Amino acid sequence: MGPAILLTLELAGLTTAILLLLGVPLAWALARARARWSGALAGVAGALIALPLVLPPTVLGFYLLILLGPRGPLAPLFGVTTLAFSFPGLVIGSCLYSLPFMVQPVRAGFAALGSSAWEAALTLRAAPLDAFVTVMLPLARGPILTGALLSFAHTLGEFGVVMMIGGDIPGKTETLSILIFDDVETLNWSAAGHLAGALALVSFLFIWLLLRLERRPWA
Amino acid sequence: MKSSLSLLALLAALTLVPLGARAASTTVAVAANFTQPAKRLAAAFERKTGDNIVLSFGASGQFATEVTQGAPYAILLSADEERPKQLIALGLADESSLFTYAVGKLVLFSAKPGYVDAAGKVLGSGSFAHIAIADPKAAPYGAAGIETLKTLGVYATVAPKIVTGKSIAQTYQFIATGNAALGFVALSQVIKIKTGSQWLVPAKDYQPIIQDAVLLKAGEHDPVAKAFLAYLKTPRAVKLISSYGYAAAP
Repeated sequence: MGPAILLTLELAGLTTAILLLLGVPLAWALARARARWSGALAGVAGALIALPLVLPPTVLGFYLLILLGPRGPLAPLFGVTTLAFSFPGLVIGSCLYSLPFMVQPVRAGFAALGSSAWEAALTLRAAPLDAFVTVMLPLARGPILTGALLSFAHTLGEFGVVMMIGGDIPGKTETLSILIFDDVETLNWSAAGHLAGALALVSFLFIWLLLRLERRPWA
Repeated sequence: MKSSLSLLALLAALTLVPLGARAASTTVAVAANFTQPAKRLAAAFERKTGDNIVLSFGASGQFATEVTQGAPYAILLSADEERPKQLIALGLADESSLFTYAVGKLVLFSAKPGYVDAAGKVLGSGSFAHIAIADPKAAPYGAAGIETLKTLGVYATVAPKIVTGKSIAQTYQFIATGNAALGFVALSQVIKIKTGSQWLVPAKDYQPIIQDAVLLKAGEHDPVAKAFLAYLKTPRAVKLISSYGYAAAP
């Protein structure tokens, strides 16, 4: 039980960190895309990013099994025959699966801020990167925190993708949701009940925190 | 609670209404290793009788758990003899209907041609990163795989490389996609596959996989379920089952 809890927290933490690094700039690019060409491109990219919201995890898991496998492009980069059944493989899967939970709120946040602060910073001759980091990121801290909390909570509860590519290795790919499934399946209901209760409580706390944050004025 | 119960009742009523208008239909829980023969048997039975057989595939242990929770399966085609016995003991299955419909055989399989040798020596070679085995707690073929590793004396060295499939079907998927270099599956899954390489594990290396069928409580008064069970014992059905590599009942 202990290793599974630790593993699940590590997976959720690392996934959230990676999504902060990649998802926030992506959300910014999508929110800024206005011109005819980049607007159309952003529409397609936005739809692709939102896809994991509606795709069954089995579909994503199946594609990942091929993508991470010996015939896919990623395994050679890591110098292994396959990334399935490994923690890095789970991180890649979780990042794809939780991507919309980071990008959607942050993109909406940037869009709601409008362009006045950004343009003012540029007029005062701030470099774009500087303006982004010192002006836009602090202004969007509310939506970014929302995205981070959502991504973390969503990864905590992830089941289908992990089941499809994990292979149930204790301490490496056996996350809490998988352990609960195994316990239920083998009639080990008291263990399943404790874990399920803990996960439900933690998830409730996250959602409660989110709703509280949303009521606070950020601008 | 009360409102969710009535909602459930409504949903149940909605699903039952259209069934009444059609031919009789029966749901059968099938251990994943028996997927291919079960599909053909059900199709042949439907052609013969006009009755509809709905097949549900999964791990035997998972089905047994679902049945204890009131799952509406009329028949269980288990991958072992333990689960049907447990369900009989719980009063959830009919003892007089119990019979062995197949005896399973275990195969070490790889998608790579020439990789698995004719004596299973590859297991001791250490030349693979992952070996796929079905969850031994839920799937009898998984338990047989673990037992084989122990019989061959390689369990300790191989154990860290084991990846677990939820059923024998997912185990096959891990191997077929090449993510696991090799693994233990049922002969019936690979008997018609000409590519890759396989080793039929000698029967002495593991406890026989006796696969029993049983009529469940939900099928007690279901003539179609009883007819399908009887059909499984006909010479034609027995021949089809053995064509997938299963041995006859001892």
